[in-house]
Amino acid sequence: MGTITLFHYLAVAAVLFTLGAVGIFLNRKNVITILMCIELMLLAVNINLVAFSTHLGDLSGQIFAMFILTVAAAEAAIGLAILVVYFRNRGSIAVEDINVMKG
Amino acid sequence: MGGFEFFPAIAEIFLAIVSIILVLVAAFGGEDAKASALMRKLAVASLVVTGLLVVSYGNTPSFAFGNLFMTSPFMVYMKLLVLFGATIILLMSRGHVARDNINRPEFPLLILLSVLGMMVLISSNDLMVLYMGIELQSLPLYVIAAMRRDSVRSSEAGLKYFLLGALSSGLLLYGASLIYGFTGSTNYGEIASSLSQGVSNGAVIGIVFLISGMAFKISAAPFHMWTPDVYEGSPTIVTAFFAVVPKLAAMTLFLRVSYGMLGSASDSWQQVVVAIAMASMIIGALGAIMQTDLKRLMAYSSIAHMGYALVGMASAQAEGISAVMVYMAIYIVSSIGIFALILTLSREGTAVTKINDLAGYSRTHPLYAACMLIFLFSMAGIPPLGGFFGKWFVFSAAVNAGLVPLAVFGVLSSVIGAFYYIRIIKVMYVDDVSDALDQPDRRTNGLIILSMAVITALMVFVLSSLREGIMGTLPYIAFIAG
Repeated sequence: MGTITLFHYLAVAAVLFTLGAVGIFLNRKNVITILMCIELMLLAVNINLVAFSTHLGDLSGQIFAMFILTVAAAEAAIGLAILVVYFRNRGSIAVEDINVMKG
Repeated sequence: MGGFEFFPAIAEIFLAIVSIILVLVAAFGGEDAKASALMRKLAVASLVVTGLLVVSYGNTPSFAFGNLFMTSPFMVYMKLLVLFGATIILLMSRGHVARDNINRPEFPLLILLSVLGMMVLISSNDLMVLYMGIELQSLPLYVIAAMRRDSVRSSEAGLKYFLLGALSSGLLLYGASLIYGFTGSTNYGEIASSLSQGVSNGAVIGIVFLISGMAFKISAAPFHMWTPDVYEGSPTIVTAFFAVVPKLAAMTLFLRVSYGMLGSASDSWQQVVVAIAMASMIIGALGAIMQTDLKRLMAYSSIAHMGYALVGMASAQAEGISAVMVYMAIYIVSSIGIFALILTLSREGTAVTKINDLAGYSRTHPLYAACMLIFLFSMAGIPPLGGFFGKWFVFSAAVNAGLVPLAVFGVLSSVIGAFYYIRIIKVMYVDDVSDALDQPDRRTNGLIILSMAVITALMVFVLSSLREGIMGTLPYIAFIAG
């Protein structure tokens, strides 16, 4: 059987990224699922970066991935905080209930 | 690679240190109105000092942190616009933060942190710095959108902004990762030199993702879905900030990335920018027609204006860039004026934002109505006001670049757009007074409205020298050393 090449890593990352992006739009249930989809997209990017970094023999891709991990944690913290505030006001975090404003 | 020079980033370092100190002041200073007022004054003072540092030390083109960060006259111009906008918004917030129940010391602090992110973004010379700048800019913005913790609308605005903002960061990062992989570097200069030897398909996909992510940040169609809800739901002072300052920073980044980093690959982004510009102009013009809320209307208006600015960018020529820079300056002046005026609208102490609330405004508040008339005519592009010349510059840049259909399309949608601006004027000047609005008691806002109206009206006399000055900074947009 063949070895695992750069192409395979990119394919996995592309599939994960698409799953994340599609999940955000098709998901009709819960905001937490959207947060998970966002994480999925960011992790797909990390796979891309690390695979390219190894392929190119250049460290900056891995450093970039570390930055993304750190910032993603901060982003998730802020997102969950906003979600808690929203839940206190609305009593629900179902996607179909986020509809006070429309147009 | 350069050494670890940090002096060119002295303004950003100053702002970062001040922000950290102000976090401590906010933590130990208490939660009351007095502490908030102190924070606001300190924040304004530090923005002014940052502006002085930018002017004094930014003008020599130079790099910092091993080419990760750069400064040049172009960036000084954009940073000064950002600092100007943020300072005015902070001054405007006096009094209105209390009414909107967001009078807490965190508010000026979050604005400072966001401005720091924008300055980093403007000065970025590397995809990593771009990402850090964008996140440092966006994270405080998500929080201030949801600042009014007791309101469903405000927290819904924050939630929507966060979700779509995070999605756009994901798109942008995916693009960045592909560009890194197919050019072999995260440095703008090295990417540019790699792209000048040929653009691979992977890099084109990366460029498209990167542009989509940036289009989200300037709320250009088809990535505009969050804008109307976030503008309507956020407290008005926050909406004013959103409409002015982050747009500038994101547009600067857009210019810098497309002309600097991707300058040699302009064939692969020009079509995308043309499509985004057309979609934004028409969606902005048609979407605004049915609106009854002033803030929501301003959201669609800002989508349309980003479309016009992108028309100039799509020309991919120096004339187009200078047109965009003039356009943005005119846009922020009129926007600040309109939002300062919306902030003063209240009836028996409660803020109102419906268009119909302005009925008979010219009888009850003749001076403010005249100022609003100037802003709206400028936004609609009626000569001799500033907005007309902004549109004139971007459309003529597009025509000179051979994009005649785009310019024709732009003129047509600006005619449609004029309808809703003129409808507001009709409500103010023709309709009968139903229930008079309060007389505003805050002099700061009156002063801001008047001065912005004067600038908008008299812009025509300084435009040619402004444009000449901008032309001088242009060589530095593409100035990217590897």
